[in-house]
Amino acid sequence: MGEQILNQLIWPVIYILCITIPVILAVAMFVYWERKVIGWMHVRMGPNKIGPLGLLQAFADVVKLLIKEVILPTNANKFLYYLAPMLALVPALAAWAVIPFNDKLVLSNANAGLLYLLAMTSLGVYGIILAGWASNSRYALLGAMRSAAQVISYELAMGLCLVCVLVLAGSLNLTDIVHAQAGSKGILDWFWLPLLPVFVVYFISGVAETNRAPFDVAEGESEIVAGFHVEYSGSAFAIFFLAEYANMILVSFLASILFLGGWLSPFPVTWGFIGHASFFWLFIKAFMFAFMFLWFRATFPRYRYDQIMRLGWKVFIPIAIVWVLVAGCMKFYGIAGA
Amino acid sequence: MINLQVFELVCFYAFAVITVGAALAVITLRNTVHAVLALVLTFFSTACIWMLAEAEFLAIALIVVYVGAVMVLFLFVVMMLDIDQEKLREGFVKFLPVGLIVAVVMLVEMLALIGVRAMHAQAMGVNPATAAGQSNTAWLGTALYTNYLLPFEIAALILTVGVVVAVALTLRQRHSAKYQMASEQVSVNPRDRIRIVKMDAVRPVEPVVAAAPEQESKP
Repeated sequence: MGEQILNQLIWPVIYILCITIPVILAVAMFVYWERKVIGWMHVRMGPNKIGPLGLLQAFADVVKLLIKEVILPTNANKFLYYLAPMLALVPALAAWAVIPFNDKLVLSNANAGLLYLLAMTSLGVYGIILAGWASNSRYALLGAMRSAAQVISYELAMGLCLVCVLVLAGSLNLTDIVHAQAGSKGILDWFWLPLLPVFVVYFISGVAETNRAPFDVAEGESEIVAGFHVEYSGSAFAIFFLAEYANMILVSFLASILFLGGWLSPFPVTWGFIGHASFFWLFIKAFMFAFMFLWFRATFPRYRYDQIMRLGWKVFIPIAIVWVLVAGCMKFYGIAGA
Repeated sequence: MINLQVFELVCFYAFAVITVGAALAVITLRNTVHAVLALVLTFFSTACIWMLAEAEFLAIALIVVYVGAVMVLFLFVVMMLDIDQEKLREGFVKFLPVGLIVAVVMLVEMLALIGVRAMHAQAMGVNPATAAGQSNTAWLGTALYTNYLLPFEIAALILTVGVVVAVALTLRQRHSAKYQMASEQVSVNPRDRIRIVKMDAVRPVEPVVAAAPEQESKP
C-alpha cells in the first residue's frame, strides 16, 4: 500500500516539481536576459549592479514584488480579482506536462498531446479577461477586451498551423511528431521546409497569443497605461508576469519541437557529440526563438489594433488554410512527412 | 489497496456533482459574469467526465471549442452588457407556475423516454476504439474521415452555409463608415503625395547698406 501511494502520488509530484521549478527559474533568468539584450540593442548596459554582471537582478525584483502590498481597488470583485492571476498561471504551467525534452524524458506521453496544448493555451485568456473585468477600471477592461479579441483571432491561425504539422506527422503525440522529422537529410527533413509559410505564421501567432510586442495592445502603455493588469500590484502582478514569460518559453519550445526537429541534431551522426540527438539541441533551438521574442520587442513599433485584426483574419488564416491543403497533397504524393 | 474501479466511480460522482452544481449555479447566480463562469465550469467538468469514459478527443475538443472560444466570446458580450439586476428578478413569482409546469412536463417526458429505452436496452458494447486497438482520437478520425466522409462533409457544408447566412443577414453596408484600405496605403507612390521642387541656388541680392541701415541688423 505504502509503495503504491509512493508510486502513484509522490513520484508524479516530484516530476512535476522537476519541470515547474526550472521553468520558473528560467523565467527569472529570461527576464534578466531580456533586460540585458534590450539594453545592448539600445546601446545601454542593462542591469549590472546587483550580483556579478547584474545576474541577481531578477531575484531582487522577485523579492521586491513579494514584499509589496497587494492592493484591492474599490468596488472590485474580490473573488475574481484574486482568482484571475491563478487562472493565468495554471494553464501556462500545466501545458508543460506534455512537452518532451528528449526521446524518453516527458512527464505525460499523451496521445492527444497537441490537442491538450491547444486547450491549455486557449484557457490562459480567462485570466486576462477576468483581471480586466474584476479590477473595476476602464483601462483594465479595455485591455481585457482587446486581448480577448486578439487571442481568439490568432488561436484560429495557430490551430490551423498545428493541423498542418499533424497532417505531415500523422500523430498528435509530440514525441511522435519529432520522430516523424528524423531522416537521412538531417535539417532538410524537418518540417520547417515543407511548412515554411506555416512555420512563420505559427511563430508570429505565438507572439500575438502571448500578448508580446509588437502585438501587446492588451498592455498598450501609451494608450491604456498597462491594460488588464494596471490595478495589480505586488505578488499578484508577479504571477501575471510569470505566466506571460512561461508562455513565451513554451511557445519557443513548441516551435522548435513542431518545426525544427526538437532534440534532433542538425549535423550528421558521424560528427560525434554534436551529431547526436540530445536535449541540448532542443534548448539551443528554443533559446533562439526566445531570443527572437526579445529582438522583436526591441525592434518593432506596436501594431495598431485594426492592423492586428487584419493580419490575423485576412492574411494568416487564409495562408494556413491553403497550406493545410498543400500539406495534405505533399503527404499524399509522399513528398514530405512520415 | 486502492481499487481502480472504485476510484473511477468516486471520480465520476465528484465530477458529476460539480457539473450539476455548476449548472444550477448558472441559472441561480445573480451576477451574469459569475453565471458565465459557472457555465465554463460546467463544460470543464463535463469534459472531465468524458475523459473518464476514455473519450479523450471529445473531451479536449469540448475544452478547445467551448471553453476556449465560445465562452470567451460569451464572457466578452456579458461583460459589455449593462444589466439591471433588480429588473431581472422582477416577475419571478409571476412566471414561477409556468416555469414549474414546463419543468415537470419535461422531467416526466425524459423519465418516460429513459424508462422505455431501459426496457429494451442491451448492454453497452465494448469500446470500439479499444476493440480496434487504437487510441480514441485515431479511431474517431478513421470513422469520420474514412467511413462516414460524405455525411461529415455535408454537415460541414451546412454549417458553413449557416455562417455565411448569419453574416449576410447582419451585414449592413454603411456608406458613411470610414475605414482604411491597407492595400491602397501600401501601394501609394511617394510621387503622388509630395512634389519635389528643384531650384538652382541663387545668391541673394545684397542689400544696399546706405539705403536701409536699420534692416541690416534684423534680416
